[in-house]
Amino acid sequence: MADIAVRCQQVTKVFGDGEPVHALRGVNLEVPFGELALLVGPSGCGKTTLLCILAGLLYPTSGQVEVLGHRLETMSANQLVRLRMREIGFVFQQYNLLPSLTAVENAAVPLLIQGVPRREALQRAGEILHQLGLAERRQAYPHQLSGGQQQRVAIARALVHEPRFLVCDEPTAALDAESGRRTMELIRQVAVRPERAVVVVTHDARIFDFGQRIIYMNDGKVVREEIPHPRRG
Amino acid sequence: MIWVAFQMLTGDRAKYFGMLLGISFATLLIAQQSSIFCGLLLTASSQIYDAKDAPIWVMDPGMQFVDDIKPMSENELWRVRGVPGVAWAVRFYKGLGRARFGDGKFQQVMILGLDDAYMVGAPREMVLGKLEDLRQPDAVIMDERGYRFLWPGQPYTLGRTFEMNDRRAVLVGVCKASRTFQTFPILYTRFSQAVRFAPQERKALSFILAAPQPHLTAKEVALRIEERTKLKALTRDEFADVTIWYYLRRTGIPINFGTTVLLGFFVGTAIAGQTFYLFTVENLRQFGALKAMGVTNLRLVGMLLFQGLFVGIVGYGLGIGMAAGFGILSERSDRLSFYMPWQVMVGTGLAVLLIILLTSMVSLRRVLVLEPAQVFRA
Ligand SMILES: Nc1ncnc2c1ncn2[C@@H]1O[C@H](COP(=O)(O)OP(=O)(O)OP(=O)(O)O)[C@@H](O)[C@H]1O
Ligand SMILES: [Mg+2]
Repeated sequence: MADIAVRCQQVTKVFGDGEPVHALRGVNLEVPFGELALLVGPSGCGKTTLLCILAGLLYPTSGQVEVLGHRLETMSANQLVRLRMREIGFVFQQYNLLPSLTAVENAAVPLLIQGVPRREALQRAGEILHQLGLAERRQAYPHQLSGGQQQRVAIARALVHEPRFLVCDEPTAALDAESGRRTMELIRQVAVRPERAVVVVTHDARIFDFGQRIIYMNDGKVVREEIPHPRRG
Repeated sequence: MIWVAFQMLTGDRAKYFGMLLGISFATLLIAQQSSIFCGLLLTASSQIYDAKDAPIWVMDPGMQFVDDIKPMSENELWRVRGVPGVAWAVRFYKGLGRARFGDGKFQQVMILGLDDAYMVGAPREMVLGKLEDLRQPDAVIMDERGYRFLWPGQPYTLGRTFEMNDRRAVLVGVCKASRTFQTFPILYTRFSQAVRFAPQERKALSFILAAPQPHLTAKEVALRIEERTKLKALTRDEFADVTIWYYLRRTGIPINFGTTVLLGFFVGTAIAGQTFYLFTVENLRQFGALKAMGVTNLRLVGMLLFQGLFVGIVGYGLGIGMAAGFGILSERSDRLSFYMPWQVMVGTGLAVLLIILLTSMVSLRRVLVLEPAQVFRA
């Protein structure tokens, strides 16, 4: 159990009370620490729903969800908020940067949420931007950055508080092929660490080779898993 | 996160200024209109306070306010003087007259007749000439506003003469006097003179001004006067209040000003509220992302309220500043009475607070019901 970061057992999710939508129909899944797992499958198969459950944004309708040793379905909403704040990093398809904050300020937001003093937060955010190759754009505002650069700022923001679990939903969908590859390369280089698990939702086949584990979903279920490369140390 | 809230707010210049505009506009309108309203009320009662040496005003029981003159007979003066506890009681004439000038022009004037012996109710401050000169035959003292109205641009000159009720009047002084509703020039003269200047009336005693003996309060003595004489006797403050209340109840003044104040309130709320709402909706994805990243609803409420309060305080400051500037200008031009007591500032502040609360309420609702999982949907 020690090296398993994320584990799902028979997780279901039903939306709506009028005409119920069965978004997940019994998902079983394990993602070990130190691994980058890709969650792939056709549109509407439940990838985002599963990601939200893993990240503590949605409760499952039934089943067990264990993340970083916490049983999420048993936790209160406030406990989940705290877990997300401390342990989980988020990368969104639409970046969702704050338009009136500079790159470095945006990257510092999770630390500010945790109550880290602004000077220290900005310094740490600056360091991680440097790792992501954005040192000279640190004072730029989101609208002054390209899509790829904005997504790199978003990745810096997702990693700045050193979460043990990183979730990304379609991080390359809004980018051209070249920026998409570069983004995934950065995620693999900077984000993947022995003490961290990364789950990336995508239906972008061009980036499948970045995954150390590819989880195929269809119609609310995991249908197949692939391990294309040998796992890293 | 308050810092983040501040950056979000001020980073969006257009909306920030839009909200400021709404709040400062509302503040300006509310504070300025209320101040003019207060100024008017003050005007209504100012003549009462101008007679600064008269703690008690005695009048006909049917009188409702300071300009509602119902003269009493001379006997009443003696009866008031006979009430125990009255230190002194003197005549005071107040009425309108018509002045005719050398060039044949007429002008309505307000005549104030002071007791010949004691001169109670005399001008607060002389600008030119001496109060004692009022004892000379036909002497009158005019307020400076009236003088400037009658002889615009001319230096104050004593010795000017004109006719009142076919009698000669000689200007022996110019004084300060508070603004009145009638805006007629004010003429101070002796009581005996005033009676001759005024159109003939059977009774001429408009008011009796009185004072309590040192060990008694004005209120106590006023009550005694009412008991013994069946006249109406009010302390200076009571008479001012009665007058103000008369105007509040019997005129359209409060409704007029109230309408404008409400208009300012609603227009300000609409502008600020709409802009704030737009600001929130535009930032909804960002707020959702913050929620996902572990910002609690409570902190989001704090951020939004901070943004609202910040705009409120800055907007309020701007609005009050503009209102005060307006006040200074109108004070200079001497056209309008403007009085901004602290109550107006506090009241306006409360109105702005209410605007902010109403405004943020709508935005808060949007942000609170926002599902953080929504940020993953395009
Ligand atoms: N809040 C919701 N209310 C009702 N139905 C929902 C809700 N969220 C998702 N669904 C439904 O659940 C199913 C799975 O949706 P989900 O977003 O997880 O799919 P996805 O695999 O991420 O698709 P895509 O690749 O298009 O992003 C869909 O049929 C969707 O319509
Ligand atoms: Mg999806």
